[in-house]
Amino acid sequence: MELEHVSHDHWSPILGRLWFDAIPMEPIVWATFAGVAVGGIALVAALTYFKLWGYLWKEWFTSVDHKKIGIMYMVLGLVMFVRGFADAIMMRLQQAMAFGGNEGYLNAHHFDQVFTAHGVIMIFFAAMPFVTGLMNYVVPLQIGARDVSFPFLNNFSFWMTTAGAVIIMMSLFLGEFGQTGWLAYPPLSGIAYSPWVGVDYWIWALQIAGVGTLLSGVNLVATIVKMRAPGMTMMRMPIFTWTALCTNILIVAAFPVLTAVLCMLSLDRYMGFNFFTNDFGGNSMMYVNLIWIWGHPEVYILILPLFGVFSEVTSTFSGKRLFGYSSMVYATMVITILSYVVWLHHFFTMGSGASVNSFFGITTMVISIPTGAKLFNWLFTMYRGRIRFELPMMWTVAFMLTFTIGGMTGVLLAVPPADFVLHNSLFLIAHFHNVIIGGVVFGVFAGINYWWPKAFGFKLDPFWGKVSFWMWVPGFYAAFMPLYVLGLMGVTRRMRMFDDPSLQPFFIVALLGAVMIAAGIGAMFVQFYVSIRNKEKLRDESGDPWDGRTLEWATSSPPPEYNFAFTPRVHDIDAWADMKRCGVTRPTQGFKAIHMPKSTATGVVLAGLSVGLGFAMIWYIWWLAIASFVGILGYGIFHTFNYKRDYHIPVEEVVETENTRTRQLAQAAA
Amino acid sequence: MTANTADARTVSAQVPDHGLSQEQLQEAFYDLDEHDHPEGGSTMLGFWIYLMSDCLIFAMLFAAYGVLGGNFAAGPGPKELFELPLIALNTAMLLFSSITYGFAMLAMEKGSVKGTQLWLLVTGFFGLCFLGIEIYEFTHLIMEGAGPWRSGFLTAFFSLVGTHGLHVTFGLIWLVTLVIQVGMKGLIPANKRRLMCLSLFWHFLDVIWIGVFTFVYLMGML
Repeated sequence: MELEHVSHDHWSPILGRLWFDAIPMEPIVWATFAGVAVGGIALVAALTYFKLWGYLWKEWFTSVDHKKIGIMYMVLGLVMFVRGFADAIMMRLQQAMAFGGNEGYLNAHHFDQVFTAHGVIMIFFAAMPFVTGLMNYVVPLQIGARDVSFPFLNNFSFWMTTAGAVIIMMSLFLGEFGQTGWLAYPPLSGIAYSPWVGVDYWIWALQIAGVGTLLSGVNLVATIVKMRAPGMTMMRMPIFTWTALCTNILIVAAFPVLTAVLCMLSLDRYMGFNFFTNDFGGNSMMYVNLIWIWGHPEVYILILPLFGVFSEVTSTFSGKRLFGYSSMVYATMVITILSYVVWLHHFFTMGSGASVNSFFGITTMVISIPTGAKLFNWLFTMYRGRIRFELPMMWTVAFMLTFTIGGMTGVLLAVPPADFVLHNSLFLIAHFHNVIIGGVVFGVFAGINYWWPKAFGFKLDPFWGKVSFWMWVPGFYAAFMPLYVLGLMGVTRRMRMFDDPSLQPFFIVALLGAVMIAAGIGAMFVQFYVSIRNKEKLRDESGDPWDGRTLEWATSSPPPEYNFAFTPRVHDIDAWADMKRCGVTRPTQGFKAIHMPKSTATGVVLAGLSVGLGFAMIWYIWWLAIASFVGILGYGIFHTFNYKRDYHIPVEEVVETENTRTRQLAQAAA
Repeated sequence: MTANTADARTVSAQVPDHGLSQEQLQEAFYDLDEHDHPEGGSTMLGFWIYLMSDCLIFAMLFAAYGVLGGNFAAGPGPKELFELPLIALNTAMLLFSSITYGFAMLAMEKGSVKGTQLWLLVTGFFGLCFLGIEIYEFTHLIMEGAGPWRSGFLTAFFSLVGTHGLHVTFGLIWLVTLVIQVGMKGLIPANKRRLMCLSLFWHFLDVIWIGVFTFVYLMGML
């Protein structure tokens, strides 16, 4: 398969460098495009036929309700997760095939885009929306609030994240994506070596989504600090809320670094600056340092909220208060701080010398102490608990086993001399998939199974959930354990083909693992479908299907728009368990009108204009870039002239909603 | 079965003997007489957090200047390029604008719409002077062949100072918007909150400038 060298130097004032050569010469991409187009047209037709556009627009897209925004984040995460997984299984297939002169089915240009897109999509557009979605949905309920501090900003953040996802999806069918690996190190990502649109797609997708992430971080920190129910002191906050607080502090303190680095790379690429160039006094290792100063906190941004999920699940399904609440809080804070002083372990081979490497090696190993403390806390919570092995608990146990293995290989990599051997090998790939799948992905599944009944009023089907679980967990081990072995044998990452035929069996096992994971993902969608079909059978009227302990279980499922008719007062950790213990019943009269924020279309409009801006910058369509930038600024200012952003839910409506709830509870008790 | 392991649903026998009536319990566990929360209670905190994140962007640019500041690539260095008297004038403009913004806030506290608008416009004037001098400095450097593409040092210099200048530009657009909004709606709480936020932003840019002035210009000339 010879690669044609196409020159892409066409430029016109109207279309910029967008021209017919932007259509990728890849039959695989055409087939995908046909599939997506048919699916997309079918979806649009169905929405039109069932007259759902108005409903979606009014009730979802423009809604500032944190619950709806949370669910939209989860949907975005699921869609992008499937896309990222498609990339993964393509790589597995290519590597299982490409032995003994067989070049597989992906050419180098395509393969390099696939591994880059896989990493970028999974981290930024699957894991981040999942984590943000869970926090958005759960945190205000757990702290007894009616919404977040800045409801409009929340909607805007979601749409900016989606705008980034839209841009990255465009790159599949128009032009190319980066071929640089997910962090786009210069000089490879500089204009000299990546002259066309691939890296620009990467830059603008992340830059626009990053605005959303940063603002949602500011929003949730302010929410947790300012909006807790009366009596909920910091040390009475649910652990999930604690981990969400630490995560959002990390977001606020790490994402600006990414913004700055992306700006610098853009200036190098667009205006010939010399931040990271090889000549004129640039320094490409500065890029690697800066991007990991963001990148290492980022992995803790991903995992901390899931530590929170596991804490809630363990405590709920063991029927006990969490063991070592305050040590859990301190461990979370220690991890938050330490995550800023370990970045250099991503490039021990830079050559910074023994003392610098020792410092970063030791700080890295130290992180395993608070993390280990957490693990013991979960184990001791289970000890002598009455454990119910429902789906969330199953995922949690799988996490504890898997994450511990991943953590131990992490400590191995933290030893600088060992890292010199293992650096850039498949051992590293196995390690971080071990912690990210075993920690983040399993945690997200635990969270989905745990809070689904809260969000929709019925439980998820346990049978298909278990099928998914038993495909996923062994599938994970089959897919990644061979990579540890290969890595130890010296196989480096991002290879398209191999000479040594003795390696092939390992790659075939890894492919089989990926196929099992595919079955697990399929089973999860079947689980959703079956559960929705059988929702009457799976219905939960009580609002508290798991015998929960924190305030989200104190209201109905799904909760009313205003969450709580009366704000709860908190006297203890696990406020809802405390209320049940004391036998408090819910007040059924004396309701008042409730003050709530209004929906707005501004978030959708601004994010739409941002897609225009990003697209124009990628393709050098300068008139469109200027127009959309002025549009963003103008519409943003226009929005500030709207002072009427709130309204009252009339008391009659509250009474009606709450009376329905009273009847529902009576039914559940009967 | 110890209390620890008990399922909360089965512990009705263990309900604490508090002797409280259901009314008293509801009083204790619910805020039954809640009033509307005043709007914007989190705004100042939220905006301050945003400013700190913005501060980090500047921190990265300072760091880049620290790394690249000596990489002249056989081009001109600070001593050949910077004119301290011009920078002193520029610094004075920005510092004056901070004082006059302070006066605008005092007028706001007194409830004077006209006074607030006037001092805001004076602030805007000083801000414009600052930007004008900066643009003059930049064009001058570029004409001399010392543009940002010339060396790592100039790349870092233009990016750091230029990012600050862009912030001032956005501050000015915001300031004009607020002059109009104060004129339209008066000094209502929402507008006061917005003026407070811009005040934080404006003084923050001053603090950053002090860093730029010291770290880039003064230390460059030493």
